[in-house]
Amino acid sequence: MSTMLEVQNLVKKFGDFTAVNGISFDIKEGEIFSLLGPNGSGKTTTISMLSTLYTPTSGDATIGGHSVTRDAMAARQIIGVVPQDIALYEELTARENLVFWGQMYGLSGKALNSRIDEILEQIELADKAKNRVKTFSGGMKRRVNIGVGLLHKPRLLFMDEPTVGIDPQSRRSILDTVKDLNKQGMTVLYTTHYMEEAQELSDRVGIIDHGDLIALGTQDELTHQVGQTDTLILHIGENDDPATLVEAIRSIPGVKLAETSLESAPGQIDHTVSVITPSAEEILAPIVAKASEHAIKIRSLDIQEPNLEAVFLHLTGRALRD
Amino acid sequence: MKKLFIIALKDVRITFRDRAALIFMLLAPFILTLAMGLVTGSFWIGSSSGISDIPVVLVNQDSGQLGIELVDVFKSEELAGLLEPTEISDPSQGRHLVDEDDAAAAVIIPAGFTDSIIPSAGSFNQQEQSFSGEVVKIEIYTNPLRPTSVGVVKAIVNEFINRAEVVRIGGITAITQLLASGLITPQDAQKAGELFGEEQGRILEKGTSILIKTTLGEIQEPVKVNVLSILAPSMALLFLMFTTTNGGRSILSERAMGTLPRMLVAPTSTSQVLGGKAIGIYLAGVAQVGILIFASALLFQLRWGDPLAVAVLILATVFGASGWGMLVAAVCRTPGQVASIGTALMLTFGILGGSFLDVESMPPLVQAMSRLTPNSWGLDGFTTLALGGSLTDILINALALLVMGVVLFTIAVLIFNRKGLVER
Repeated sequence: MSTMLEVQNLVKKFGDFTAVNGISFDIKEGEIFSLLGPNGSGKTTTISMLSTLYTPTSGDATIGGHSVTRDAMAARQIIGVVPQDIALYEELTARENLVFWGQMYGLSGKALNSRIDEILEQIELADKAKNRVKTFSGGMKRRVNIGVGLLHKPRLLFMDEPTVGIDPQSRRSILDTVKDLNKQGMTVLYTTHYMEEAQELSDRVGIIDHGDLIALGTQDELTHQVGQTDTLILHIGENDDPATLVEAIRSIPGVKLAETSLESAPGQIDHTVSVITPSAEEILAPIVAKASEHAIKIRSLDIQEPNLEAVFLHLTGRALRD
Repeated sequence: MKKLFIIALKDVRITFRDRAALIFMLLAPFILTLAMGLVTGSFWIGSSSGISDIPVVLVNQDSGQLGIELVDVFKSEELAGLLEPTEISDPSQGRHLVDEDDAAAAVIIPAGFTDSIIPSAGSFNQQEQSFSGEVVKIEIYTNPLRPTSVGVVKAIVNEFINRAEVVRIGGITAITQLLASGLITPQDAQKAGELFGEEQGRILEKGTSILIKTTLGEIQEPVKVNVLSILAPSMALLFLMFTTTNGGRSILSERAMGTLPRMLVAPTSTSQVLGGKAIGIYLAGVAQVGILIFASALLFQLRWGDPLAVAVLILATVFGASGWGMLVAAVCRTPGQVASIGTALMLTFGILGGSFLDVESMPPLVQAMSRLTPNSWGLDGFTTLALGGSLTDILINALALLVMGVVLFTIAVLIFNRKGLVER
């Protein structure tokens, strides 16, 4: 497989803040590559540089052999971009949006119309083509947003968190669309902070945190870094303090890591505690005892095989945040 | 080039689908035009009433020929339908009538006006071989509530003064030459001046047809003007500024919506995006003013004047206004800022440009500032055309507006280039 995208020491600074700190990776043709990381980790900034929207502070990337800094127009011809936010004209219909964006990519006439028909079928909105986008649900808008990125049949598709804020059904539809596109030969760079999506879609995953690419490889390669461990997910009562339980659990022998996970927002306490251990069975009883000792009620408990969440926890000491 | 128009037409389509914007662009100017027409009492659809029967107070304190001549002009048959002159002797009473809104203006001809125009022996300086003495000025005391009527009165007086000035300069030159060549003595100068003045007065009298648009060039007959043809462009230009600043706002709105960055990651250059947006603003403005003019011509039966000249003026005015729209977008950071500054600019330009008040009654500084607004040049041009002017008469207006647009667009592009269309 030839290399579709090659990223070399890409850096982006905004004043004193370093959003992306010298990351390097490549994507082979026909691959689905996921950049997995929490909000604010540098995923969108990376995609913005690769799509030629932002000028890198240093470093470079080539797309199909074209530098994003020196040959941006040629690089743009190859890529399709599905931005994180819905970038459509609400006052225009779905078809009018597709016509406009198709024209922006140089399509016109019958070729444009037939391609729009194909896209509308693909995103299952053919019957809503004449409706204004402002009348659509969030999921429908997301589908049109993706459709725009596919109009000119890009060889490399950038999808920046395309499932944020939509219902499970639309999310499923989008994930299936990504897999279908990949089967048709499209190379995909997919960013997400949902571990499950990265696991389901990706041939390879890059884990990004605070602008650094901290891990890169196939899922097997990454989980292997964690070793033979189990991840316990403890769901506790709404009135209980997870931090207290985390402190108590850390004192139990055999606990490699304990952390509150899925912190929704600063100051908002989530009632889930993640624990990494070589053997979940051995520490289960002490954990229950510690919870009882601090009058914390464990409502339910999951034991997971090593996964990307555990990898992130292992590498950063923090859980992937929502 | 094609992409410029694709972006522009998309913007025009979106603009004309925005109901709130349409209310401001098209409905509000009509409502205000109607309201102001009713307030001024000059709105009668289908009637021939226009600016007519303008109440003017004439106070002639000059015992000379020119004072009488000016009064005669105001009372002439040619201007009988247009003016309703009243002659009184007390200047303060004249001003009072204007203050009470019983008259649009008081024309006060001071004593010595004729003498200051026509050379006399008493004013001849033997040593310098020239005439001395200052010209006594006619006072026009105006009613700010009747800017259009005031404009008509001023036009008549200005035309008369222009002609009198020609007489004065011609007389002084002729008599000075006669004196210098020794053909007459200084003692004969007064008599010669009087004879000259009488002769020129007869010439003035023969050509009494001072029409309210005489300064615009040759005309054959007096032009009747519907006051709505002044109000309608005033309001159209006022709300044109809304359209252009709203268009400028769309640049920042698109940046926030993500559609601007999306255009920039397509094979489209920054200059294409910016150019397309600018053309979109321009086309929306042209469409707005065009619709307003066309509709007002149909509904109010307004005579806008020479269609070609009107079209040229629309294109030029919108160009100047679009430059302001782009500049506001360039200096602001958020769509909200553009909306606030745009509204302030719209109202300020409306006032400075003469949409609400007669700018000529304002201080000189304000009058100078008004020339920075597209409203002023545009309104001046539309009024000229409505009064019967031709394309030639509004060429300076069009040129000024084009220069204004070019300068503002250039500044806006420089700012956008420095800041970047998106944070990079």
